[in-house]
Amino acid sequence: MESIGVLMLIPMNTYLEQELQKRYNLFKLWTAPQKPQFIKEHANSIRAVVGNAGAGADAELIEALPRLEIVSSFSVGVDKIDLAKCREKGIRVTNTPDVLTEDVADLAIGLMLAVLRRLCESDRYVRSGKWKKGDYKLTTKFSGKTVGIIGLGRIGMAVAKRAEAFNCPICYYSRTEKSDTKYKYYPSVVELASNCQILVVACPLTEETQHIVNREVMNALGPKGVLINIGRGPHVDEPELVSALVEGRLGGAGLDVYEHEPEVPEELFGLENVVLLPHVGSGTVETRKVMADLVLGNLEAHFLNKPLLTPLV
Amino acid sequence: MDSITVLMTSPMSDYLENQLKDRFNLVKLWTYSSKTDFFKHNSHSIRAIVGNTKIGADAELIDSLPELEIVSSYSVGLDKIDLRKCQEKGIRVTNTPDVLTDDVADVAMGLMLAVVRRVCECDRFVRRGLWPKGDFRLTNKFSGMQVGIVGLGRIGSAIAKRAEAFGCPISYYSRSEKPETNYKYFSNIIDLAVNCQILVVACALTEETHHIVNREVIDALGPEGILINIGRGSHIDEPELVSALLEGRLGGAGLDVFENEPEVPEQLFGLENVVLMPHVGSDTVETTDAMADLVIKNLEAHFLKKPLLTPVV
Repeated sequence: MESIGVLMLIPMNTYLEQELQKRYNLFKLWTAPQKPQFIKEHANSIRAVVGNAGAGADAELIEALPRLEIVSSFSVGVDKIDLAKCREKGIRVTNTPDVLTEDVADLAIGLMLAVLRRLCESDRYVRSGKWKKGDYKLTTKFSGKTVGIIGLGRIGMAVAKRAEAFNCPICYYSRTEKSDTKYKYYPSVVELASNCQILVVACPLTEETQHIVNREVMNALGPKGVLINIGRGPHVDEPELVSALVEGRLGGAGLDVYEHEPEVPEELFGLENVVLLPHVGSGTVETRKVMADLVLGNLEAHFLNKPLLTPLV
Repeated sequence: MDSITVLMTSPMSDYLENQLKDRFNLVKLWTYSSKTDFFKHNSHSIRAIVGNTKIGADAELIDSLPELEIVSSYSVGLDKIDLRKCQEKGIRVTNTPDVLTDDVADVAMGLMLAVVRRVCECDRFVRRGLWPKGDFRLTNKFSGMQVGIVGLGRIGSAIAKRAEAFGCPISYYSRSEKPETNYKYFSNIIDLAVNCQILVVACALTEETHHIVNREVIDALGPEGILINIGRGSHIDEPELVSALLEGRLGGAGLDVFENEPEVPEQLFGLENVVLMPHVGSDTVETTDAMADLVIKNLEAHFLKKPLLTPVV
């Protein structure tokens, strides 16, 4: 299959890159001094695009690649891909669901514990020598706090399962109520936020869920409430989040994603009630390897005219 | 009961102090500049001691208070109390079990997640502005890691219950096997350390468990293994721990306790595979109030000749 052109948009995984290079004619977009030129030059050979959470196949790119057959994303989120255009043109789309569910859920719980029990602040306190001068202050108990989840999909359910082991009552908001769970359903995010102490964003990013956590939701969550975002930065109105935290209208936040990664609002750096992670939700050796294999497996299946492993379109 | 004199050994809780002041004649050990001074004024009036993890009731103190009837510890650990002497002299001893179990188990889980997923390192990475220069490296997956627990009491069981929700197989070492659980039992701590990836110290500190985690155990846990201590500092041979971490013979550590608190070996401060907390296991507003209430209730019960709530002796 070495004559098949595959366009990789940004560096995302060395193993994936090497394997793609071995099997296909790999074009690395980030190495091009002039991207539009590069695309034009190779457009006739490119039949597949590999993107991730940071870069996907938007309308412009899809239009520039007349021979494009498949977009295989190294992520579960597909908000950077123009799915409608792919459908229109009969272009297949695959992502990497399931294999990263546990890692992301683990991180959500890690963020909850880190924010409520001030793990990172305490660690800083010890390393700065302050403990010799006095004990660290009291924090807030995590076990038993009500956890509200926006989006009860694979990741939302995995977060719920873990939180339940800490005796946390679970409630959720979803587009439709799920009849097969015993968790309490709220028909709006504001109602969910009013009735929980920790609000977790775990839904896909779409036009509808853009800024689903806005000022009203944050005010409902309140000065003792904690927001955890392991979804996408645009789920949360970031300037509103910053002012809510700075003004004390929101109790705390654990964030793995931001509106303009890798930019993170500097006003957050001085706050002790936030924990900031650099989009590492699925960033483990084990999971990234499995994700890469899934991307490779999907591409192989496509070019061998076999059923795709994890198709979305 | 304000004719009854109670000795508080060190500042531990403003709430508890106020409650004691309201109900009893409270004497605060730390307000005396010398021991002789203290003993001169109080030795014959003190009928109760309220101690904690820093200062309990050792033989010297017990012997110098002829009217002592009860020691009520603001902790679940009893390692700072001379239990034998209390038994000898018919002095009652109470502690604060159960009310702090969840908090301590939560910190154990928080430490595991923070070490394995490098939560604090990532937070530092973001706050230092390093993310725009490149992504954080990959860490390891937490879900599914084998967790070995030293001591399957209340806290050990609470940790097991939480870790199970992350798909972690649980094994343990205890003085005797617990037939009511289906966790895997190892009859010695070396075998436990060989067969797990995360070793958690959750047993009581006694003469037998002093340095229960020594060089041999640390080597058995190995360069990919992680040690979590939410017990007592003296459970671990600290100098051996430090050299094992510096030499890479141990993969990482999450520590809430140390041999000479608040002293923490400074060689640990530069390591990114450790998370250090200033003995905050039960330090939440909710739990410390519950602990204080338990201390008060035990004292009241004693002086009203009613059954003690949580007696140890």
